Amino acid sequence: MSDRERSKSRDKGKDEPEATAEATVESDTDMEVLDDLLDEIDEVLEENAEEFVKNYVQKGGQ
Amino acid sequence: MAIHKVLGTETEYGIVVRGDPGFNPAAASSLVVNSYPGARVKVQWSYEEESPGRDARGFGHDTYGLIDSEGAVVNSVLANGARLYVDHAHPEYSSPESYDPLEAVLYDKAGERVMHQAAVVASETSGRQVSLYKNNSDGKGNSYGAHENYLLSRETPFGDVIRYAIPFMVTRQIFTGAGKVGRENDRPDVDFQITQRADFFEEQVGLETTLKRPIINTRDEPHSDPARYRRLHVIIGDANLSEVQMFLKLGTTALMLAALEDGAIPDPLDLSDPVEACWQVSHDLSLCRPIQLDGGGSATALELQGRYLEWFAKYVEKELDEPVWNQLIEEWERTLALLETEPMQLADTLDWVAKKRLFGGYVARDGLEWSNPKLRALDLQYHDVDPEKGLYHRLVARGEMRTLYTDQQVEDAVSTPPQRTRAYFRGRCVSDFPDSLVAANWDSLVFDVGGSHLKRVPMMEPLRGDAERVGALLDEAEDAADLLRRLEG
Repeated sequence: MSDRERSKSRDKGKDEPEATAEATVESDTDMEVLDDLLDEIDEVLEENAEEFVKNYVQKGGQ
Repeated sequence: MAIHKVLGTETEYGIVVRGDPGFNPAAASSLVVNSYPGARVKVQWSYEEESPGRDARGFGHDTYGLIDSEGAVVNSVLANGARLYVDHAHPEYSSPESYDPLEAVLYDKAGERVMHQAAVVASETSGRQVSLYKNNSDGKGNSYGAHENYLLSRETPFGDVIRYAIPFMVTRQIFTGAGKVGRENDRPDVDFQITQRADFFEEQVGLETTLKRPIINTRDEPHSDPARYRRLHVIIGDANLSEVQMFLKLGTTALMLAALEDGAIPDPLDLSDPVEACWQVSHDLSLCRPIQLDGGGSATALELQGRYLEWFAKYVEKELDEPVWNQLIEEWERTLALLETEPMQLADTLDWVAKKRLFGGYVARDGLEWSNPKLRALDLQYHDVDPEKGLYHRLVARGEMRTLYTDQQVEDAVSTPPQRTRAYFRGRCVSDFPDSLVAANWDSLVFDVGGSHLKRVPMMEPLRGDAERVGALLDEAEDAADLLRRLEG
């Protein structure tokens, strides 16, 4: 096992008891942030996605 | 000791003229390049000095794809030392030569701003909205490049470069990919993959850049003293929006090449089938797929990158103990550790993870299939250089992606050249003597100062022509003729 892996597994052991609870809280928060983000992006999103995608053609590249 | 890894990037931008699906991309690209409002000089790019058909393996055919008369029409050198021009059907920005990977990120980002400013003016003058995208694929089987360039010693055998670089290039994709919805080029179907480019790579080694693309491109065009240097022209990477990711891509690759030159890579890690592994790594979102090794056995891309990290952390400690390389090792360590345990935590630094989180959010919220055009539209829009429309920019504005530079720093880099390479001389000449500059190339500038002959200033050493050597001289020169007298004296 390398030094890096050793220190990682040591850290894991140390944080284990709280890790699960923290992860749940974090993912709930991220869901809220993500919902908010999607709402914002809806505002700027290309109006006709299908046509936009269809017309996006790029020939002659390296 | 390895030679200093001077480096730079060249990016072809995707282009769209709204409301005009039949637009001519070469004409639109010319319009964009001509519209750039910042400091620049339109020059003749000295094609006779370039030889993209020369092959590093030794069997050159010099006329291969050499001169494109259309492309030669629109060429400019910017005050930051960059080249802005039309490459066939795309506007392209080639960054000035940078001293280290952190600086290379700054000047690549400056290119996005240059393109955006050019698109704004092009839209105003044409009355049509011109949009530019920093990506590498149209989702229909057409790809365009984001190339990287690294200075190598001519003494490094090119066979070694090929052998050692291939496994590195294939495995680095796990942290260099910009993400893509779907697959192309007849690869197996997939909802989403790590990179934009992997599907297009069909050879291990070759001179081509537009078809049958090779993992290692053999173009031998050093743009510097050919007796001393090579330039490794890397064509397999994605265009990145994330600054941290670009730092990782450029930094780890420069480090790999330096370690190679110093004999500090203990094992080439030969892969059984690098071309297959290339797209397989890109398609494997689990990051668990084993790659067959040539000597028997297998390992994942992540495991192989772990080995490089271990070797190069030691190499940096011993040979390159400088802040930029220590920062790189730290970022690389964090990235590999999180890719192993919680990859989604890297949504703040890796384009592909940021996209996966975002698109996954849409799939969940709106119950979309991955084949829905809305996801492909989101995919394209992530790369829009317009800060209002580009989804990457929206993520940064919300504080959801980490940057390395402030807006002001990027803005300054549009008009100020790197201080420690020959780009300094080029950029200062654009700012100070624009009327006298008539032609340029990476390794020379040509001036018209009256008289019967044009005067050519060769710049064959990438680290000369820097601020320390020529700053005072440029400050003191009254005009270009005076500058040339002082350079001769």
